Amino acid sequence: MSVRELLELHGRPPREVYFDLENSGYVPPEVVNEMLPYFNSVGYGHPSITHKPGWEAYEAIYRTKELLRQVLGAGGIEEFVITHSGTEANNLAVLGLALARRGTRGKIVVSAIEHLSVIHPAEAAESLLGFKVVRVPVDSEGFVLPEVLQEFVDRSTVLVSIQFVNHEIGTVQNIEELSKVVKEVNPEAVFHTDAADAFGRLRIDLGRLRNVDMLTLSSHKIHGPRGMGVLYVREGIRLEPILRGQLSAERLWPGVENVPLIVGFRKAVELAFSDFEGNVARMRSLRDRLVDGILGRVPDVLVNGPRDPARRAPDNANLSFLYVEGEALTVELSMRGVYVSSGSACTSRILEPSHVLLAIGRKHEEAHGSILFKTSRYHTEEDIDYAVEAVAGAVERLRRLSPLRGDRQPVH
Amino acid sequence: MSTRIPLPYTAKVLELFRNPKNAGPMEDADVVETAGSPACGDMIRLYLKVSRRDGEDVVERATFESYGCAANIAAASILTEMVTGKSLREAWAISWKDIADELGGLPPIKYHCSILAVGALKRAIRSYYAKLGREPDWLPKDLTVEERQTLEEERMLERLYSGYSIRITIPRGEGGEGTRP
Repeated sequence: MSVRELLELHGRPPREVYFDLENSGYVPPEVVNEMLPYFNSVGYGHPSITHKPGWEAYEAIYRTKELLRQVLGAGGIEEFVITHSGTEANNLAVLGLALARRGTRGKIVVSAIEHLSVIHPAEAAESLLGFKVVRVPVDSEGFVLPEVLQEFVDRSTVLVSIQFVNHEIGTVQNIEELSKVVKEVNPEAVFHTDAADAFGRLRIDLGRLRNVDMLTLSSHKIHGPRGMGVLYVREGIRLEPILRGQLSAERLWPGVENVPLIVGFRKAVELAFSDFEGNVARMRSLRDRLVDGILGRVPDVLVNGPRDPARRAPDNANLSFLYVEGEALTVELSMRGVYVSSGSACTSRILEPSHVLLAIGRKHEEAHGSILFKTSRYHTEEDIDYAVEAVAGAVERLRRLSPLRGDRQPVH
Repeated sequence: MSTRIPLPYTAKVLELFRNPKNAGPMEDADVVETAGSPACGDMIRLYLKVSRRDGEDVVERATFESYGCAANIAAASILTEMVTGKSLREAWAISWKDIADELGGLPPIKYHCSILAVGALKRAIRSYYAKLGREPDWLPKDLTVEERQTLEEERMLERLYSGYSIRITIPRGEGGEGTRP
C-alpha cells in the first residue's frame, strides 16, 4: 500500500484547522526557535559531564524545573522528574510506586475513565506484581463522586490515580476534595493525578493541594514538542525506576536527557503562562463558538461530558454525530482540511469504542459517531467558522449515504 | 482515546470513499438486504435489481447504503460495481479477498469491511431465491465464511455488553444529553 499515493490524492485543502491536540500538536515557531541552538551550538552535551556543553545542558534542565516549580507552587526542583512522554510519566507513577511497594499485594484504585497510560500499567501491576486493581465508576458526565470514591478506598490501598481533567470529555474533577477523601480513609495511600489536560487550562497550586503526591504533565498538550513529559513526585514519596540504565540528572529516569525538547517545553510553558487568563478565555470562547455553531447547524448531535462550563475544560468539545461513523467522519473532514479524532471502534486496534464514552453510559452506536475537538490560542474565529461549515457538510454527506435515516432520496 | 492503529488506506479506497459509485436506496429493487448493525459501527444495505436473461438471473443494477468507516463505504461501493452485469451465480463466487484486492489492499484490521460487503451480497442472493421459492443447485446449503463472520460480528455486541465490567454508570440529573430535534 502506498501512503504516498493516498497523500497525493488527498492533496492540500485550501484551509487547514488542526483540532486533534489530544493526540499530537502544532509546535509554534517561538518554541522551535528556542530549541534549535540546543542541537548544535549550546547545551548539546551530556548534563552530567564536566565540560561546558554539559553544564549548559544541566543549566537548561534546571531552568525548566525552576519554572515548573514556580507555576505549580511546588516545594523544590528535585520534585520534578523529566521523562520522554506523558505516557512514561504515568507509567513511572503507577509501576514505580508498585515496585517500591511490591509484596504488599495492596489495592490500586483508578477511575474508569483514566488514560490508558494509567489503566494499562495498573493492570500490569496486577498481573505481574500481585496488586489488585479497582476501577471507580463515574457518573454520566464523567465525575468521580467523593462518596463513591470513599467506598473503594481502604487501609490496603497503596495508590489512587484520578485524572485532573479527562482527556476525551473534559471533565474537571474536584481533585482537592477527592485527594482529601483518600487521605482521610488511608493517610498512607499515595494520590496521583494525571494533569496533562489540566496544565495550561486550569490553575494548579501544589502548595494548596497538599494531598496530591504525584502529578503528570505532557509537553505536546501545551504546544510543546512531542516526546517529553514530567512527573512531579512530592518529597518523601519513594518510587523505583522502571527503566534501568545509566542515571544522569534524573534519578528515576536513565538515559541522556533530550535537552532541546526540555528547552522547547519550557518555552511552551512560558507562553501558556505569560497571559494565562487571556489564553484560557480565548480557548473557551473559540470552543463555545465551535459547539454553538455546530449545534445550530447540525441536527441529532449529542454533547459528551459536562454541561456546566465551570466543570468542563475550556478547550474541550466532544460531540457524537448520530447515524454516521466517526472514522469516516475524520477522513471526510480531513479532505476538507479539518483534522480531528474519533472514539469510534473503527480507529481502534481492538475494534472497541472509547472506554471513556462507554463508562459515561454512551451506547456503542453513540460512541462510534463521536468526534473530539480541542481549541487553542492558535485558532482564529475564521478557523472556527470554516470548521463549522466543514463539519455540517461532512455530516450531511455521510448521512446521505447512511441507511439509518428515513429522509434519503432514491438515486434512480 | 482507545488504543490506536495506523490505517494507511490505498488511494483507491480514498477515491471511492470520496466519490462512491451507486450510492443510495433503490425504489424498484427486487431484493434489499442488510449486514452488520449500528452498534457494531459497521452496516451495509445492498439493493439489487435482477432480471432474467438467457436463462440466467443477472444483476441489472446494484446500489448500497453504508454506515461505517471509509473502508466500509469503499468496499460497498466497489461491490456494487463488481456485481453489475454479472449473473447471481457469478456474483456468488466473489470473495472478501476479491473485494480487498480490487481496492488495492486493505489494512488487515479492515478485512471485516470486505467480509461484511460480501456477507450482505450473499444474504441478498439467498433472499432473492427464497422469495422466488426456487433454490438453484449451485447455492450451497452451508453458510460461507463471509456469512458466518457477518453473523458473528452482528452477535459480537451482546458479548461486548455482557463483558464490560467498567460500564457501571451512576445516573445523575440530565447527564450530557445535548440532542436537538
